[in-house]
Formats: sequence, C-alpha cells, structure tokens
Amino acid sequence: MSNRSIRATPTAWFIWAAVVFFFVNLAGVVGSVLVSSFGQKWFDTWVPSGFTTQWYGDAWREFGLLQVISVTLLASGLVVALSVLVGAPAAYVLARQNFPGKRLVYLTFLLPILMPPITYGIPLATVLYKFGFAGHLSGVVLANLVPSVPFVILTMTPFIEQVDPRIESAARMLGANTRAVFLKILAPLLVPGLLASAILVLVRTVGMFELTFLTAGPDSQTLVVALYYSMSAAGIRAQQSVDAMAVMYTAMMLVLLVVALRFVNPTQLVARVKEEPPE
Amino acid sequence: MTATASWHHRLAERGVDRRLWLLLPATIFVLLLFVYPFLYGLSLSFQPLNGGGLLANYEKFFGDAYQRDTIVTTLKIALPAALLNVLAAVPIAFRMRGRFRGKRLLTTLLVVPITLGTVLTAQGLLNYLGPTGWFNRVLLSLHLIEDPVRLTNNYWGVFFSLVITGFPFAFLLVLSYLSGIDPTLERAAATLGASRAQRFRRITLPLLAPGLATTFLLTFVLAFSVFPSAVLVGNPAGSTRVISLAAYQAAYEQYDYAYASAIAMIMGAVELVVVVIVLLWRSRLYTGSTGGKG
Repeated sequence: MSNRSIRATPTAWFIWAAVVFFFVNLAGVVGSVLVSSFGQKWFDTWVPSGFTTQWYGDAWREFGLLQVISVTLLASGLVVALSVLVGAPAAYVLARQNFPGKRLVYLTFLLPILMPPITYGIPLATVLYKFGFAGHLSGVVLANLVPSVPFVILTMTPFIEQVDPRIESAARMLGANTRAVFLKILAPLLVPGLLASAILVLVRTVGMFELTFLTAGPDSQTLVVALYYSMSAAGIRAQQSVDAMAVMYTAMMLVLLVVALRFVNPTQLVARVKEEPPE
Repeated sequence: MTATASWHHRLAERGVDRRLWLLLPATIFVLLLFVYPFLYGLSLSFQPLNGGGLLANYEKFFGDAYQRDTIVTTLKIALPAALLNVLAAVPIAFRMRGRFRGKRLLTTLLVVPITLGTVLTAQGLLNYLGPTGWFNRVLLSLHLIEDPVRLTNNYWGVFFSLVITGFPFAFLLVLSYLSGIDPTLERAAATLGASRAQRFRRITLPLLAPGLATTFLLTFVLAFSVFPSAVLVGNPAGSTRVISLAAYQAAYEQYDYAYASAIAMIMGAVELVVVVIVLLWRSRLYTGSTGGKG
C-alpha cells in the first residue's frame, strides 16, 4: 500500500500537476485581490508602483462598512439562532421516529437545499414585499432561514442518530420528564452537533448572496451584497477600495472558517462524515 | 375512555405520538416560507400584468428569442462546468483517498474557495485573468502567446468561476463517497488477479457511480443558478445572459413580478428535467451497501 504512492506513475504526475495548477491559479486569484488592495497605482506592471493601507480606510468610510458588518453579524446571528431552534427538534423526530408520511416530510424539508436560490427566491421576495418584510432586516433573516433550517436538519440528524436511545429510556425510567431528558441528557450530548450545524449555517449565511440580494433594502445589506453593488458600479470608486472591501470579506470568512474547522471535518461541510476505517 | 386510550395506543404503534409536535415549528416554517411563496409565485405567473391569457407570460418568454435563449446559455455553462468538476474530482480523489501526510491541510485548503463565494471569486478573476493580470503576463513573458488572451467578461470568465467554486465542493463529496467504499473489496479483487484498471472499472466505479450522480446533481444546481459571476466576470448582455439574470431583470428592472415568477418557474422546470434524467439513470445503478461504514 505504501510503496504504491511513492512509485509515481505518469498518471500520478499528471494528477498532482493538475492539483498544483489549480492551487497556483487559486492563489493568483486571491493574491491579486490582496496585492491590489495594498497597491497605490497598478497598471500594466507585475506589482503596484507602491504600497499603502489607505484603501482600507477609504473603503471603511465610503461604503459605511461599520453598519454593513454589524448588519451582517446581526442577521447571521439571528438566522443561526432561529434555524437551530426550529431545525434541531425536527431533526430529532426525523432521526428517531418512523411515522406515516415521513418520506414526504423529509423531502419537503430537503427541497429548499436542492433548488437554486433564485428559483424560490423571487417568489419568496415577492411574498415578503407583499407583507412588508422585504427591504428590512426581518426580510433578510426570513429569506435566509429557508435554506438554513433544512441545513440544520440535515447536519444534525447523523449526530442525533449517534446518541444511543437507551440512554434516553434509562433517564425516563429514572423519572425524568421530557423537558429534563432534553436539557440534561440530549443537549449536552448534542453540543458538538449543535456547534457544527450552527457554525456551518453561519458560514453559509455570511456568504449567501442571492437571497439577501433579493430581499435587502439600502440599510439591510450584508457585506457580500454591498461588495456586489460596489463592484457592479465599478468606475465610480477606486478599484483598490473595492479590493480592500473584498479582502475584509475574505478575512471575515477565513476567521469563521478557522473556527468552523475546529469543530467540523472538512468533508462534513458538504456531506455526512464518513471517517475512513484505519488500515 | 378506553376507546380513546386504545386509539392513542394504536397511533403510537405506528409512530404517531406526542413527540411529533416537535416537528410543528419546522413544518409551519417550511409551509409559510417555502411552499406558500412557491405556490403564490406559480399562481402569480398565470396572472399576467398586462392582461392576456392564462399562459401569456410563458408565451412571452418562449416567443422572444432573446429570453428563450437564456435556457440554452445557462445549460451551456452549467452542464460542462458540472461535468468537468465531477470528472476531474474522480481521479484526484481516487489518488488521495488513502492516508498521507498533509491530507487534512489539503482538504482544508480546498474548503477555502467554497467560502470565497462567487462575488470575491469574480473580483479575483477580473484582476488575475484580465488583459494585464498575472496570468496573461506569465504567458506573455514565456512567449507562449503574442497578445493577451481574453478570459474575462465572456463565457470563460463565468466558466472558471464555476470551476473554482464548484470543483472543491465536488472533490470533497467524491472523496467522502470513496472513503465509504470498503478497501478490502478491491484487495480481494487484486488477490483474484484483477489488474488496477479492472479493479477500478469493475469494483470501484460501479460502487461509486450513484455517489457521482448525486455529486453531479449538487454541482449542477450550484452552477445552474449562477448569477453574480455571470454579471461580473461574464458578458451579461450576450454570451452569459443566464436565465436567473432574465428573472432578476423582470422582477427588479421591469417590476413585473408575474413575469419574473413565470421565468423562475421555467428555471425550476428546466432544472428539474435534468435532475430527473440523472436520477433515472442513477436508479438503474447498483445502490446497495458499499461495504464501508457509511
């Protein structure tokens, strides 16, 4: 097994070259934004003519980033709290119980993840405008809950399945009521799952563009939407201050990501955990 | 009294008991915020703003070549991008499924582009692949090209942005599916004299195929709803005028929510057709246990 990976075949070289090529270009994409955000003037040369940090101050003032970032954090925090509150009990029932119509319920919960956000986002935004939610923070939060609640259900279910139902039965036999079972038995055991799904929802909500874009008003823009507007209105403001804003967005995402990876396995960001069997 | 008790008892045997109340918040939520808006949009799409028949909005969309072509444009971008992401992920994941040093670092690095999001990726691609960007500079100084290659504000810009955000996603999914396949199956085949190519084609691939279909679907859904990058690094008036852009313009530039809902419904239907085709193909594959823990 081990000497197979040392003896590199032409295919192996090709595959590693493809991976390296991907990462080099990725570094180029991210790096060019980073370098540009610190550059003074950058036309037709390898690197900018000089370096400065003024663009960060400019971006901060011009785009009103203090307000934008506080809106982002507030909206994401609310989405996380509400989606966990709504999603976790549903995940518990779906993980533990069989009942008539379970498949239908499960499918309905999963549909919002399987559909492109724009498809349901436009009718949803229309409804939210009709009832006066859209254009405010409440509309942004409500719209972002739509993919987040199913996501909590999806990530929590395997964690709940891992908790032995006999522990619950034992607690009940010893006289614990439902409330006590939840608060004293399940909640402590499910802390890793709750943290994992909360942090994943946080990352997704901060990065969610379409739904926020469709429902946000002028004073309820999140960072990614503000970034989009400043980019599509290019030419009005210096390119570098847009880059500076993009770097701040990336930095925020990276911080969240580092925190997320302390609690979650990378493959779990997209699928259920399947730890490989030790060989 | 006894009648109600036995009634409760019989329901409980089928799994209907008080614990189902826990489903209530999520159910209300999904009905109010997903099912109701969807049905509302559907009925709105049959009530054209400017009068006309029931199907006037749909006739308007399919009668106008500029609008109708957005379907083809979207599929032309989304299908190859999703296919490339899945096909490239298979050999790379196959090589990396074992344990090796730096695997955690590599998978972590691959998560980064997922979190970048389409907007930042677009900004980076504009800087990096632009006419005076680093990519063209390298090619020019190596004398591989005479003039800068045009890779942004056209089809390729959008395509690359979909690969950058979609490939890591596809890779991590394929890797987790591959890790779920019991390696002893392959070792057994090797003992019985199967070559490496045979083992891959006869053992691994059939077990992996359903997972690949799922991965393809999820990357396709991501690519199909491409919106910010189509505007920012694409050519939104021409070669990358995707269907989500048409829906957005109808809603937020012409304020015709009925027409926008109709386009959103068409978008959902087109996507559903692809999903059903892939699922039908998937249902013909082996879907039993993959032998692993998964």
